[in-house]
Amino acid sequence: MTTTATRLRTPRRPWWGVQPIGTLFALPYLVFVAVVFLYPLCFAVYIAFHDYIFTAPGVTVPTPFVGFDNFVDVLTDPQVLQSFRNTGVFLVIFVPLTVVLSLVLATALNAGIRFASAFRVAFYVPYLTASVSLVGVWMLLFAQNGLINTILGPLAPSPSWLINSGLAMPTIALYVTWKQLGFYILLYLAALQNIPKELYESAETDGANGRQRFLNVTVPGVRSTTTLVLILAIILGANLFTEPYLLTNGGGPDGASATPVLLIYQQGIQQQNPDTASAIGMILVIVVGLLSLVASRLNRET
Amino acid sequence: MKTTTRTLAVIGAVALLAAGCSGGGDGGGEGGDGAAGGTGPITIWTSNNEAELAWATAVVDAWNAEHPDEQVTAQEIPAGASSEEAITAAITAGTAPCLVYNIANAAVSGWVRQGGLVNLSEFEDGASYIEDRSGENVTSYQTDGSYYQLPWKSNPVMVMYNKTVFAAAGLDPENPGMATFDEFLEGSRQIVSSGAAASAIWPSPTSEFYQPWFDFYPLFLAETGGTMLVEDGASTFNTDEGRAVGEFWATMYSEGLSPQEASTDDAMSAGTTAMQLAGPWAIASYAESVDVGFMPVPSSSGADEVFTFADSKNISMFTSCENQATAWEFLKFTTSEENDGLLLENTGQMPIRTDLATTFSDYFAANPMYEAFASQTERVADVPSIDNSVEVWQVFRDEYSSAVIFGSESVDDFLTNAETEINGLVGE
Repeated sequence: MTTTATRLRTPRRPWWGVQPIGTLFALPYLVFVAVVFLYPLCFAVYIAFHDYIFTAPGVTVPTPFVGFDNFVDVLTDPQVLQSFRNTGVFLVIFVPLTVVLSLVLATALNAGIRFASAFRVAFYVPYLTASVSLVGVWMLLFAQNGLINTILGPLAPSPSWLINSGLAMPTIALYVTWKQLGFYILLYLAALQNIPKELYESAETDGANGRQRFLNVTVPGVRSTTTLVLILAIILGANLFTEPYLLTNGGGPDGASATPVLLIYQQGIQQQNPDTASAIGMILVIVVGLLSLVASRLNRET
Repeated sequence: MKTTTRTLAVIGAVALLAAGCSGGGDGGGEGGDGAAGGTGPITIWTSNNEAELAWATAVVDAWNAEHPDEQVTAQEIPAGASSEEAITAAITAGTAPCLVYNIANAAVSGWVRQGGLVNLSEFEDGASYIEDRSGENVTSYQTDGSYYQLPWKSNPVMVMYNKTVFAAAGLDPENPGMATFDEFLEGSRQIVSSGAAASAIWPSPTSEFYQPWFDFYPLFLAETGGTMLVEDGASTFNTDEGRAVGEFWATMYSEGLSPQEASTDDAMSAGTTAMQLAGPWAIASYAESVDVGFMPVPSSSGADEVFTFADSKNISMFTSCENQATAWEFLKFTTSEENDGLLLENTGQMPIRTDLATTFSDYFAANPMYEAFASQTERVADVPSIDNSVEVWQVFRDEYSSAVIFGSESVDDFLTNAETEINGLVGE
């Protein structure tokens, strides 16, 4: 119906739109997006296809067009490939864990359990706290002689969590899930308010138990929020930097928790190779875009 | 509304793509690396170290009192992950000050490539002033045959140890006898097995490119008599000497004498380690918390007079500086004998002067702990002045971490892989 209406109106619409005032109000944000996101993105595309360095103002150095050379360099670099694999490991743990935990916890909070407000605050506090300070606490917890290993005793992994190439990335995924959970719970709480009570009542009348009501009313009812959570979680996971930089000391052990953004930082900022760093950035944008698209398609209402 | 937004978005996108993609080059303006004249007020950046700030305030006040038309403003280097990142950003933005008093040699070649540094050799007395003050052998600080930095002060790296922990472990705190690799390993085992400290020595096991300067490199310089990591366009470490140092550290890690994890606090103050590799700055830093002693870094021969890493911090002038004549005069003023003496007194760091021990003999007589460092300054080497320096050190660190710290490949593989990659980088 909407499509038909649009098709009918479109030819008569002036180029400034039917609501010029509205367009005017939207303009500042559009300019902001263009200046802060679009221009740098476009510039990064330019850099990725050239042999580029940042120079002092007024200093001109040749920046020849190099085609896909930077992309070839990056895609044949084992470190870069490993960083994308590491991100894959992270996403496989982080995304499902986040979606399931935040939906379940939000449903519990919404069901009017005792001390719901206290729990709500408790879940939200890590999200509000700076990662740098929380990382310090996790380092103490997960260190070789930290609290977790002391509790585990002989069951403690060896090598310890943060220096174990098999456990470093999962530990980071666990940390980020815990830290971000409050935000996603909040999104689900808002979505849960919008599910009509009548649906639960009629399901109950039809004899559905709690689990069935959750699976057949709640889950479909928050589908659009789940898509949002999925996409946000994928974007956040793909842009991981602070945690491998601090928690595992720069992507350790032996690159097992290095991420593409950490390599962008090393190559672009520290080593002054913005061209290869931009190439990694471009690949990351494409990968994140594709993953988000897939997540959105898979979760589409049929 | 949807179509309007789409139309506007497309217009905006096209306009910005056009502007952005054509704006890939740099704007106009003055620049270049010529050592131009010009006198007037200047700004300098210094490290945020308290002792250095006190020195900078004193010399700036002394200069300003005599030069009312060429006032100097001193500021701390803006906060960033490291001062190098803040300086790189300032060069690109054209907001670098006239002088920065905290330049690490490894970053210089990149900044020269950026066109950010003034060639000090182009001042009439540039090269002669630098070489008269610091000796002929400072030519290793040149980039493309010119001085883009004035070698200012060094912090020769030695082994600092906690005398109380050594005594508890049954080692002689005044003469630990840990000069050879074997003796060092034996002493380390004694420290850990006796329970005097949880670890023997705790170099940071993190993956930053500069970490080799405080574990592998000082010992490599000691082992080779001062051979830098790269010389004459090729790496130098895939040798018996490099292997000996690599195996030494690999043993320290595999036996748990050095932890694979970063310390969550200051391990020396906390007593969780007995030793650290450190420069003279550590004497004042630990004066109140730990009873420290110093010994030269170990080597396979255990020689008394070994080389070590200089860990120098130098001074560079930036092309964004308008009053370069004033900056050059101020640079010479701050590195005069008098102000070098003041630096030594304030910070305990060693001015890079040929006549250090004799010029400031009174100071060293009054502060005997610093004397060992003064003597060590005669046997120091810095990082090589090479293109892609940071990248070279990052490659080295990554391979070292893999083999030596985490033992996932052999020391031989580390040396061979790092050699191949680094030779490729320095040959670019």
